[in-house]
Amino acid sequence: MSDTFDIKYAAAATFSSAKALFDAAGKVKDAGYSNWECFSPIPVHGLDAQMGYARSKVPRFTLVGGVTGFFTGMLIVWFMNEFDYPLIVGGKPFFSPIYPFPVFYELTILFAAFGTLFGMFFLNRLPRHNHPIFEHPDFGRTGDDAYMIAIEVEDPNFDDEETVEFLKSIGGESVQIVREPID
Amino acid sequence: MSEVKELDQHEILQKVDPAPWKEVPLVLNNRSYKWVTDKICGIVEAKTPQWWWWCFITAMCIASFTGMGLVYLVSTGVGVWGNNNPVNWGWAIVNFVFWIGIGHAGTLISAILCLLKQKWRTSINRGSEAMTVFAVMCAGIFPLFHVGRVWFAWWLFPIPNANAIWPQFRSPLEWDVFAVSTYFTVSVLFWYMGMIPDLAVLRDRATETWRKYFYGFFAMGWRNANNHWRNFEMAYLLLAGLSTPLVLSVHTIVSFDFAVANLPGWHTTIFPPYFVAGAIFSGFGMVLTLLLPLRAVYGLHDLITQKHIDNMCMITLATGSMVGYAYSMEFFIAWYGANSYEGFAFINRAFGNYWWSYWIMVSCNVICPQLFWFKKIRENTPLVWIISIFVNVGMWFERFVIANTTLSRDFLPSSWGYYSPTVVDIFTFFGTFGFFSVLFLLFLRFLPLMPMCEVKSVMPQANPHADH
Repeated sequence: MSDTFDIKYAAAATFSSAKALFDAAGKVKDAGYSNWECFSPIPVHGLDAQMGYARSKVPRFTLVGGVTGFFTGMLIVWFMNEFDYPLIVGGKPFFSPIYPFPVFYELTILFAAFGTLFGMFFLNRLPRHNHPIFEHPDFGRTGDDAYMIAIEVEDPNFDDEETVEFLKSIGGESVQIVREPID
Repeated sequence: MSEVKELDQHEILQKVDPAPWKEVPLVLNNRSYKWVTDKICGIVEAKTPQWWWWCFITAMCIASFTGMGLVYLVSTGVGVWGNNNPVNWGWAIVNFVFWIGIGHAGTLISAILCLLKQKWRTSINRGSEAMTVFAVMCAGIFPLFHVGRVWFAWWLFPIPNANAIWPQFRSPLEWDVFAVSTYFTVSVLFWYMGMIPDLAVLRDRATETWRKYFYGFFAMGWRNANNHWRNFEMAYLLLAGLSTPLVLSVHTIVSFDFAVANLPGWHTTIFPPYFVAGAIFSGFGMVLTLLLPLRAVYGLHDLITQKHIDNMCMITLATGSMVGYAYSMEFFIAWYGANSYEGFAFINRAFGNYWWSYWIMVSCNVICPQLFWFKKIRENTPLVWIISIFVNVGMWFERFVIANTTLSRDFLPSSWGYYSPTVVDIFTFFGTFGFFSVLFLLFLRFLPLMPMCEVKSVMPQANPHADH
């Protein structure tokens, strides 16, 4: 099929420095946009506050993982050495919170680490191997030395011409509408 | 009141004329972001250099020694190793502790130095973490195979087996199973997570199809968005916070393998901190051994600067001195504790049947790193490299001394013996260096050697409040 359709995804502009991106992000926020995103090769210091993001929620996943790990450790030691098959070894108690502490400790860390990684994936909605922003010809450079702001079509304030003009007015370069092709 | 204070300070500042703070840049020659990307990605994207193939083939040949050693061991029985009464723990435990200790510097650099905001860690971070993962893999071989019937090694894990008997959690060896497997898993997670943004860069630069799929798959669709960075940074900090107590606990628990036993020379409370310091010491030795040649081969002098080498040498010096302190404190406590067995164990260590290994250990671990006090020596890169080799040798001997001097001289002179490794022991251990090198060479070839996003973060361009 030679016919291809596409869906408008966002208006995007590139910036040449972290400072330009930082200043522009403040202006986008002040202009009242809500569905927009910054792209940068590094985590830009202070950009979260500039964009109005709250603190990341990853620690909650870490905490849940850690608590689960600790009690899983207790459970397996109690179940295996006290409940299911008690073995007398050196006259020590079958179960105690003291002697197998290294096991609880390690499992706390193990589960907390998994919670952290999967929490990060979940909050970032990853893995997602395709995304309309990848269609922007300069997207690849955002991992190298370019900075980008994209304002999505879904934003209530989005307007084809006005948003493009706005991005130009805040110093954006190579401003364009990103389209997601559908074959 | 506060106004007056501010005014005072201001006047004082004008009078004293504070000396300018000269900060050495972490990336030399005012490099651009593009240069960093091209440099690091270029290592992976360029045609495989000829030296790589020579090294790889050599490493494979060396690794085959481990293969042969293990095949012979499994097909014959664990008696082909030199372990025997009274030294039931020979090279296997020595090699295990040696390799796992090497891993510790990687975690120190990636986790502890991250929490301490040591920005210089960024360029040596990824390579050291890779070293950690591969070193733990080498370490795992020895306890796995020393169980004798390796096909039952899964009994170590809490999985139901045909005998309906569970693992015995009162044994420090079982704690070790949990500590080492957790350490390996968390190190891999940390290593991989830090690599995701760099894999995305390689994905976006890829021209060949297999690269697009390979890096695309592992980059998980990362898109450099600030929302991603926000959660990534938090997760990175948390993993650093989790790895710090982890790395300290792993070698603590490894030292429990010895310290929980009621044997003179082992049953001491100094073991956990002494083992951890030794582990970091040996690990930094290995980091220097690996990174200095890479720096020369790939021309990374702007990224791994003299400041980095200085810092690594100073950490080696500090931890080497701590280890030296521990050696002398052990002797002091053996005398002060007035236990005749303990006293004998230490005199035997220094002047007994294994005196030569003790003095190799002291000269490599305590005397050798003292050379790092001198700037001239730290700036002589080939010499630093040679000293780093001595550190590796010395730390292997430390574990040999601890394990063998105590076991070979038991409580009863009738059971005394002298341990010597067999050729199978030697082959198996020698081969692990090849195995390690094979893995490290593959890492160099396919994965980004340095975390580009982190290196860029410590460059002046990263400051959002200044024009560059």
